[in-house]
Formats: sequence, structure tokens, C-alpha cells
Amino acid sequence: MQNVIQFKLNNQPMELKVNGNANLLWVIRYLLQLTGTKYGCGTGDCGACTVLVNKEPIKACMAYIEDVEDKEVITIEGLAKGEDLHPMQKAFIEKDAMQCGFCTPGMIVNAIGLLNANPGLSPEELKKGMDQNLCRCGSYGRILAAISEASERMNG
Amino acid sequence: MKTYINETDGPVNKDRRDFLKKLGCGVVVVFSVGTPIYGITRKSVLEDFNAYLRVKEDGRVDLFTGKVEMGQGVCTSLAQVLAEELEVAIDKVDMIMGDTELCPFDAGTWGSMTTPYHDPLIRAAAAEAREVFIKMGAEKLGIPQKRLKVENGVVYDTADRNNNVSYAELTKGKKVIKGVAKPKLKGSSDFRIIGKPVLRLDAMQKVTGKAKYAGDVTLSGMLHARIKRPEAYNAKLVSVDTSAIENINGLETVRDGDLFAVLHESPDVAQQAIVKVKAKWDTPKAKTDDVKVFDYFKDSNPEEEEFESGGNVEEGRSNSTVVLEEEYYDGYKAHASIETHTATAEYKDGKLTMWVSTQTPFGTRRAVAEALGLPQDKVHIRQSFLGGGFGGKIYNQQAIEVAKIATKVTKPVQLIWSRKEEFLYDRFRPAAVVKISSGINTEGKINFWNYNVLFAGDRGAKLFYEVPNYKGVTSSRKDTHPLQTGAWRAPSNSTNTFARESHIDMLANAAKMDPVEFRLKCLKNPRVIKPLKAVADKFGWKPNMTLDSGRGWGVALGEDVNVYVAMMAEVEVDRINGDVKVRRVVCSQDMGQVVNPQGTRLQVEGGITMGLGYALTEHVRFEGGKVKSLNFSDYEIARFSTTPEIETVFIDDMDSQPLGGGEPSIICVGAVVGNAIYNACGARLYQMPFTPERVLAAIQKGGM
Ligand code: FES
Ligand code: FES
Repeated sequence: MQNVIQFKLNNQPMELKVNGNANLLWVIRYLLQLTGTKYGCGTGDCGACTVLVNKEPIKACMAYIEDVEDKEVITIEGLAKGEDLHPMQKAFIEKDAMQCGFCTPGMIVNAIGLLNANPGLSPEELKKGMDQNLCRCGSYGRILAAISEASERMNG
Repeated sequence: MKTYINETDGPVNKDRRDFLKKLGCGVVVVFSVGTPIYGITRKSVLEDFNAYLRVKEDGRVDLFTGKVEMGQGVCTSLAQVLAEELEVAIDKVDMIMGDTELCPFDAGTWGSMTTPYHDPLIRAAAAEAREVFIKMGAEKLGIPQKRLKVENGVVYDTADRNNNVSYAELTKGKKVIKGVAKPKLKGSSDFRIIGKPVLRLDAMQKVTGKAKYAGDVTLSGMLHARIKRPEAYNAKLVSVDTSAIENINGLETVRDGDLFAVLHESPDVAQQAIVKVKAKWDTPKAKTDDVKVFDYFKDSNPEEEEFESGGNVEEGRSNSTVVLEEEYYDGYKAHASIETHTATAEYKDGKLTMWVSTQTPFGTRRAVAEALGLPQDKVHIRQSFLGGGFGGKIYNQQAIEVAKIATKVTKPVQLIWSRKEEFLYDRFRPAAVVKISSGINTEGKINFWNYNVLFAGDRGAKLFYEVPNYKGVTSSRKDTHPLQTGAWRAPSNSTNTFARESHIDMLANAAKMDPVEFRLKCLKNPRVIKPLKAVADKFGWKPNMTLDSGRGWGVALGEDVNVYVAMMAEVEVDRINGDVKVRRVVCSQDMGQVVNPQGTRLQVEGGITMGLGYALTEHVRFEGGKVKSLNFSDYEIARFSTTPEIETVFIDDMDSQPLGGGEPSIICVGAVVGNAIYNACGARLYQMPFTPERVLAAIQKGGM
């Protein structure tokens, strides 16, 4: 059944004619052509598909498009303001916090979501909040360093 | 436009020559067959010419290489060596990687070979280009070459810096093609960029989501393919029943031998449809499972092949004061890259254009062409980033599948393997048994060493300790592995290093010596001793140290692709539930010239982190060809919460050949953690991964 679904994507109003139970990840990647959000498992176990819905991180592979109706969705492509990168993106670059980069969008988005909800997270709490995001290249140490750096800047 | 072609050195084959002529203006330097740099003339490396660069009319440089960027950072380190020798800023370099029509042939990105074998070629090509520009500059400025120097892409008169001309001006409207003759490479004291930490050049694309991986290519009208899969990787398709999907709008199906696929422009619809297809499979009888596999190996009557020997092992055994005989076990491990095998293909006018997650673009081209009966020039593999490889993306099954499908429909097709498919069709790191018997003499030195690795290779198994009587063999038999096996980051080495270094620790114990002192006593090779001392220093190792209850220190040494690694770790063992936490790891590597210390550090940290997975949690469960670990929820890889503090010390030598740094650090992780667990609680682990159950069992057996 095709529905008309309205929501905001990366600050742009959207109106899509789709099946309400279309998978959010596929809608984002193929209908909307925003391929920065990745597929890593499809079962909520890796975090590569993380996007923000009303500022909270969710796993797009586990959601339907109707779940975001009238809500605000932000993907990795929506973080920078023009040329100006989000502090989290900057910190990832400065700390060299990636290798193959496939997990990177999910990592950045999830970290921003965590700090949105709670700006004062301690390193231990951050580690916990990030623990469902997997990086096979083993960049964890640097990712944590980048998040801490960004969190300081976002607060300061 | 003028074209100069100068191929003084070695043949450039005709197709290439034609191709080079087709390139637009610019100064092109090719590296042709047979020019030895660091004595490298390996045929496999230098088939055709292996690398080339083009300085374009705007002064930017294209570097064409068949290598791919999979996280190991070569797109940065190769740009570094190029910028160094050509004397341009690193941000002037554009990387064209892994495109089979633009880039020279390459056998594949694996085996830590890019840095040792590829860097020197690119340096040579860049140095040659620099010399070409000096020559052109001399003509243009009317000054003898001797008086000219280059800086930042500008040739200038040393007597008057204002008298200068840029690469861009020199290149304009010209076409120069030059082979590498005998370029003069810069000495290490003149390096501006090599050896300096450089941040990744691909970071901007990666943090903004713009980096394109094989699945990020979206073509108009593209269909998503889903393939019907069996439970066991080795099952044969008997029949399919498609009655339940006949009325789905816009659905297409393809059958080619054992391959049955459904296609739809919505991935959701394709997914729902494939579930509804009923298939009958013929599944071979299970030979073994993940528990019985070790006995199965031992009973399979394997054939021995010797890889080293010296002295007389039997004599050594008879005059040893203590003899230790042990067996070590290691299960299958998956590659588990976060990006699953993916390919996008478009078939148009008899030609396939493909984007493939692969470590071997040229191998993919060949495999696809052979599978489809097409000539190789009808298959074009385009550039894309790779979301992790680790040796797992060299077999290209997904590319063949998508090619078979795409040639039967009229629209482009994308195939992204599900995580389940990724596990089912992985070529796992082999399970193995290592048998070691060895002994020490009255002086407390190793007297004999008898080593037998069953069903894995001998990489990393050669002894670097001084032992008078030794023998090393591998034992295997074809077609015995119940699962598909393949290369996994430093293949076989982690298994061999785990066995050897655990055993060495026990010999130290038998000799009543500190494990570091014992190793030093049995070593002569300075390339092993140096990193061992460096790591002990950084770690703060104290001989015969006992820590508070539950904490322990371990040491391990290893060798991989001529890189020597020494590692120390601190762990904490929970004696009640058997949990092991690795707190701190320090690693030292002797690895020749380090081109990008920043990138190499990242690789070392990555190797150690990934290694903690195989040491502590990763274990493929299976029964026959049926893989039971099919997701991250039942195949635990390292996470944020398992990551320790990691420090790295390099023993570098800027004048020697650079060596690959992507693999070696992983080899010591199992051994160092196992040895630290022993130090912490007296429990000796003979099987990886060190699960809580195994740790508890070992504590009960011999722990304190
Ligand atoms: S793809 Fe969504 S969690 Fe892995
Ligand atoms: S950088 Fe490769 S998976 Fe994280």
C-alpha cells in the first residue's frame, strides 16, 4: 500500500509516496540517493546504518519509513553546514579516526546522538553508548579520542 | 600538440602504448619491466608496467595504480612518496586506483606487498618525472640543468629564484611519455614528506558520506538482486518452486545453474520474494563440526612437508633435561568486514561495467570474463573504496554472480550480500592443530624443537630462536577442511605465533626464568632483540614481576613478511566467571622505512584490536557445510568496550626498504594474551579463543 509520508530530511521537507513498511535504510539509500548511510548487517547488530530521528540515534535497518512520519531525520550528509563541517566530523579527521571508513558515518551520527541527549558524558559512558557500533578495522581508540575532542568543543 | 615518446628502457606493450597516446596532454611517466629498485624485479609485480603518473596541464598529478584503498592507507602513503620525489604538495595528487581500464595491471592488494614493492616503483616514476621537468625547464629558461632546482612544482634558477617556470606551464599543450631509466632518488636526509605523519587524504570523503563504495553506485532503473541460498555452503540446488512469487509486480527472476535470483527495483520486495521461493537442496553429509574438527584433522592421515630443519631432533630430545610436549588448537575465524561482498553491474552493448568490493580488480575482471565466456576487454572494473578486506575479498564470488544476472536482464543490477551470506560464503582462516615437542638442556637453553602445524600454513612458523636441533613441518591433506578457507590477515601466522610463543613461555617456566630473560638468552638476531628491548622499555617490564591478584603481564614475539614484532600486554582475569580484560598493549615493530608513521600506527592499532577478537571471542560454529555463526550477535568481534590502551614503538631505518605494516601486529595478540593470562592466574590456555569457559577450566586444572 502506497502512502504519502511527510517528514524532514536533513532540514528539507520531504513528501514520499511509498509503502509505509518500506525499510528506512533502503529508502534513504535508494529512493533518496543518500548512500552515506551503510548496510552492515540488517539486524541492528553493527550500527553502520545509524541516523538521527528527532536528534536521537536509531538504526535505520530496523525501522520503517512510517516510523519517521512528521519527524526530523538527519543523515551523515546533513551534518555539515555548507562547507563547514560538524565538530564531530572535524575531530574524526584530526584524530585520523577511521581506516576503511565504512563504519564511519554510523559512528559519527551515533556519537552526535549520544551527546545531543547528554552533553556531559564521561569517557566510560561514551564507550558504553558507542558499544553497539562495530569497526572491523579496529579504529575504536581513535574514534573515542575524536568523540571526546568534539564533545569538548561542542560544549565549549 | 606535440608528442614525445621516449621508451629507452624496456618494452611497453603495444596496447599500452596506444592507450598512452589516447591520454590527454601531460607528462606521463611509466615504470616499465625490468628496472630494478631495491633489487625488485619480481615478474609478478612488474608484468606490463606497474605504475604511472601523469602531470596534467593544471599542474595536478594523477597517480594510476592497480592497488585499492581498503583502510590500510595506501591512498595516502602512495601520494606521499609521489609528492616527495616529484617535489609537489601532497594535495596536488589525485589517486586513480583499481580501475582496470585506466590503471596498470596489478596482481592484487594483499600480503602487505603494496609498501615494499609498490612504493619504490612510484618513487622511481616520480623521480623520473622530476628529471623530465628539469630538462624541459632548462630548455624553456635557457639555463643549464645543473643550475636548476625544483620546489613545490616549480623549476627555478638557483642563481635567481625569480627566474622560474612551473610544471603546469611546462606541461601545457605538450605530451611527453617517458619510461623510467635510472632516476636519482632522494636521500632520506632530504625527505620532506616521507617519514612524516600525514593524516589520511580520504578522510574528508569518509566523514561526509561521500566516499563511494561498490554499493553506493546507484544507476537509473537499477534492480536489486537477492539469491536463494542453502543452509550449507556446499549444497547443490535440486529444484525451485516459484509459485508463491508469480504475481509480484515488476519482479524478475534469473536462473543460471545453481544460481537462482529474484530482482526488483525495491530491495524490500526482492527480499520478501526470495523468502517465498521454495528450494530443494542436495546437502553433502557433514564430515565434522567445530568441536570435533581437531580430532578429525589428526585422524585424517595428513601428509607432512618439511619447511625447515637442522641438527638432530631425536638426539636433542634424548639429551634434554626437561621435555615439554603440547598441542595447541585454533578454530575457524571469519573476515567479517563491515562492508559485505557487494557488486553493481551494468551490461550495455556487450560490455559489462562493474563496481566491485574487491582486493583484486584485475583478478575480478579475469574471473568474470572466464565465467561468462567474454573477452577480458568486455569487462571493466571501476574504482571504488573497499569497506575492509583483510584477505577476504579476493575471491569475488559476488562479482561473478552479479555478472551472470546482469547479462540476462536489461537493467543495471546491484547485489549486496546479507550478513548471513557473508558468513556462509566466507573463506575462513583455517582451524588448525599445532604439535610442539621441545626441551631444554642443563644451561637452560632450548635444546631441540619439533614443530608440526596441521591444516594451516607455515607463515610465521620458522624459528628465530637459537636452537641446535630443530625440525618444522606442515601436515595437511587436500579437501579435508570442512569449510572454505583462505587468506586472513597474515594467513596462518597468528596460529603459529600463538603456539610457539605459548610454548616458549612454558620452557622459560621450566627453566625457572623470566620469560623476557629466557627469550633474550635464546636469541641472536638483532632484528628480534631490538624490538623486544624497545617494547620492554616502553612497557616497563620488570623480571619475575607478580602483580596483584588477577592481573598479569605477557610477552610474545613474531615475524611476518620480514617485519619483526614484539608485544607486551597486561590483562585482568576474573577468577569467578573466567572473564579476561586486556588493559594495555605495547607493540614494537622493526619494519624498515616507515613512510607514514601516522598511518602505520593506525594499522598497528587496528591489527591489535582485531587480534583481540580472535584471541578472546571469535569462533565460527558449524556442522558440515552449515555455518552456524551467521551474524555479529553470534560471532563476537572486538568492540569499544574490549579495546585496551595501545602504544606503538617503531624501530625504523629511513634508508632501508619500507615494509608492509598492515598485517604483522595482529600475529602476536593471541600469544601475548595467553601468556599474560598464565602470569595472572597460572591457567595455561591451549585453545583460542580464550572464552570464559576455557579460562575457568584451565584455572581449575592448574591455576593458582
Ligand atoms: S546495518 Fe543496521 S545495525 Fe547493521
Ligand atoms: S574503519 Fe573500517 S570498519 Fe571502521
